[in-house]
Amino acid sequence: MRATRESGCLGIFAELDAATAAIETLRRSGHKDIVVYSPVPRHELEHALHAPESPVRLFTLVGALTGAAAGFALAIGTSLDWPLVTGGKPIISIPAFVVIGFELAVLFGALSTVVGLFLNARLPHVAKYAVYDPSFSAGRFGVFVPTPEGKEAEVKSVFEKSGAEEIREKPMEVRLGA
Amino acid sequence: MIRSQTHPDVASYEEVNRDVFKLLSRPGKGYFLLLGLAILCLGWGAYAWLTQIYLGIGMSGKRNPVNWGAYITTFVFWVGIAHSGTLVSAVLYLFRAHWRQSIYRIAEAMTVFAVMTAGLFPIIHLGRPQTFYWLLPYPNQRGLWPNFRSPLVWDVFAISTYLTVSATFFFLGMIPDNAAARDAATVPWRKKLYSILSLGWRGTDREWKNFTRAYLYLAALATPLVLSVHSVVSWDFAMSIVPGWHTTIFAPYFVAGAIFSGLAMVITLVVPIRKAFKLEAYFTPRHFDMMARLVLLTSLVVSYAYLVEYFIAWYSGEVGERAHFWFRPFGNYWWATWIMLTCNMFVPQLLWFKKVRSSIGALFTITIFINIGMWFERYVIIVTSLVREYEPWQWLSHYKPSWVEMSILIGSFGWFFMWFLLFLRILPAVSVAELKEVMPAPLRFVGKGKERSGGRETGTEGYDR
Repeated sequence: MRATRESGCLGIFAELDAATAAIETLRRSGHKDIVVYSPVPRHELEHALHAPESPVRLFTLVGALTGAAAGFALAIGTSLDWPLVTGGKPIISIPAFVVIGFELAVLFGALSTVVGLFLNARLPHVAKYAVYDPSFSAGRFGVFVPTPEGKEAEVKSVFEKSGAEEIREKPMEVRLGA
Repeated sequence: MIRSQTHPDVASYEEVNRDVFKLLSRPGKGYFLLLGLAILCLGWGAYAWLTQIYLGIGMSGKRNPVNWGAYITTFVFWVGIAHSGTLVSAVLYLFRAHWRQSIYRIAEAMTVFAVMTAGLFPIIHLGRPQTFYWLLPYPNQRGLWPNFRSPLVWDVFAISTYLTVSATFFFLGMIPDNAAARDAATVPWRKKLYSILSLGWRGTDREWKNFTRAYLYLAALATPLVLSVHSVVSWDFAMSIVPGWHTTIFAPYFVAGAIFSGLAMVITLVVPIRKAFKLEAYFTPRHFDMMARLVLLTSLVVSYAYLVEYFIAWYSGEVGERAHFWFRPFGNYWWATWIMLTCNMFVPQLLWFKKVRSSIGALFTITIFINIGMWFERYVIIVTSLVREYEPWQWLSHYKPSWVEMSILIGSFGWFFMWFLLFLRILPAVSVAELKEVMPAPLRFVGKGKERSGGRETGTEGYDR
């Protein structure tokens, strides 16, 4: 464990509605950069945070279109490069090349989706220490909010009123794994 | 306490972790015995393959005109097995079938290992396996590229895309579970392994939001992919003019057959796992019932395809086609044809009965029949067609797989089960995160939840990503 670089407050909740209540109250009183930890994705948390739509879908679309174009370009380009009639078929046999175009669309689309995920979710998270608690992967919900000077008491009382199980005023960064 | 409808015997999120991570402990003697057996089979298969490489492809039973034999049969068999993994993980995901949650990781692992197994067979079949890279799309010294009009080149694209995408889907979907395993692990090497595989996942809102979206799009890409892969495999046959192969029904027929055999294999694998690790609360009778219904449905599709083939052979009036479909059930290979029809068409009809669907033992037995039947389906398609092509002077009375071919078939099961057994005790074989998604979230104010969360319903189960 080690001290956090930014000062903040971490509330640990056993119940989903308690966590969403805390998030909404904090948001109403103008707190920003709230980080929510959960063992499962829940719509309730996303709604409470008013999170914008993830941009991953753009990566998928661009990747898939690039893949399709690359597949057709490969098949058509190489066929024109050395025109050789096989099976009495045209040099540019579109129906046959659809297979290549389709497979590469899926391949590129899938790989660029992964790139999109990594960039947008900031994965892999390589820093060894982070604000975290191992109970978040088991069943607890966590809400971390950066607190400017003099706001600690307010945040703490919001967590208490919403029903936090535990409140860490200066949460220590824990070591993630080994 | 609100209980989940899909897993009524599971009380809390924490309990899911406890139960599932039981799998990630030091295995007992029985496990090592099975693993040893798998490795032994693999070793035997490897010995047979080395013999074939050293002495030549003549060690297989292949003789003109039967140049596709047991290897291609086994290739198609394993590709087929692979398919239901993607069906369960991607297609049922898009259909919001919540009963898939507990079985999908096992099915996905099966996909990855089955494609890894299938991919070996075209190479074994080559005879000179060291030249396998000739398949890859690159020009030779004179600048000539592969023929993109050939189904065999499509196959290379389809199978390698399938392996890449299903492995990506598998490892990506496992990130949150590896994080949970990391937090629960006490053994140092396990903690290290899960730390690497979890990529520093913390379950933050930013991570989940992008993860759930990425997962959805991968599922949306994997769904048409799975249909395309077995269609392409079927076109390896259907694009030729060989009687029994040259038919437009092959693509849907092969896809249905693949899902049929793969689902059967999922049941075959899940039954002993459930028993050995006491996971009855997660693999409930409902899960087996739903899988059995899908098996029945795909069996009917496959049966329909079998019958349509005969009808079209008769209706077309084409002499070669007619003769071939007479040869199948009444010629030299009548026994293979009847094994195929019995196992795939007749035996699965028992699944109409609720009593059979709810008996785990009966399901296990039926799925073994299906696994055997589906290998023979490919054997019938490949061998009977090649033994009697157009030229009567070429007609062979018999093709028999040699000991090398049979040993490599056994070796392929060893290879598959070795990976599967290692997976079972090393990686989270049941997704804890997805199981929790179909459980009701713990609430502070049950009933009053609406006011507390600003007018939105809480406590409902099922998160639709």
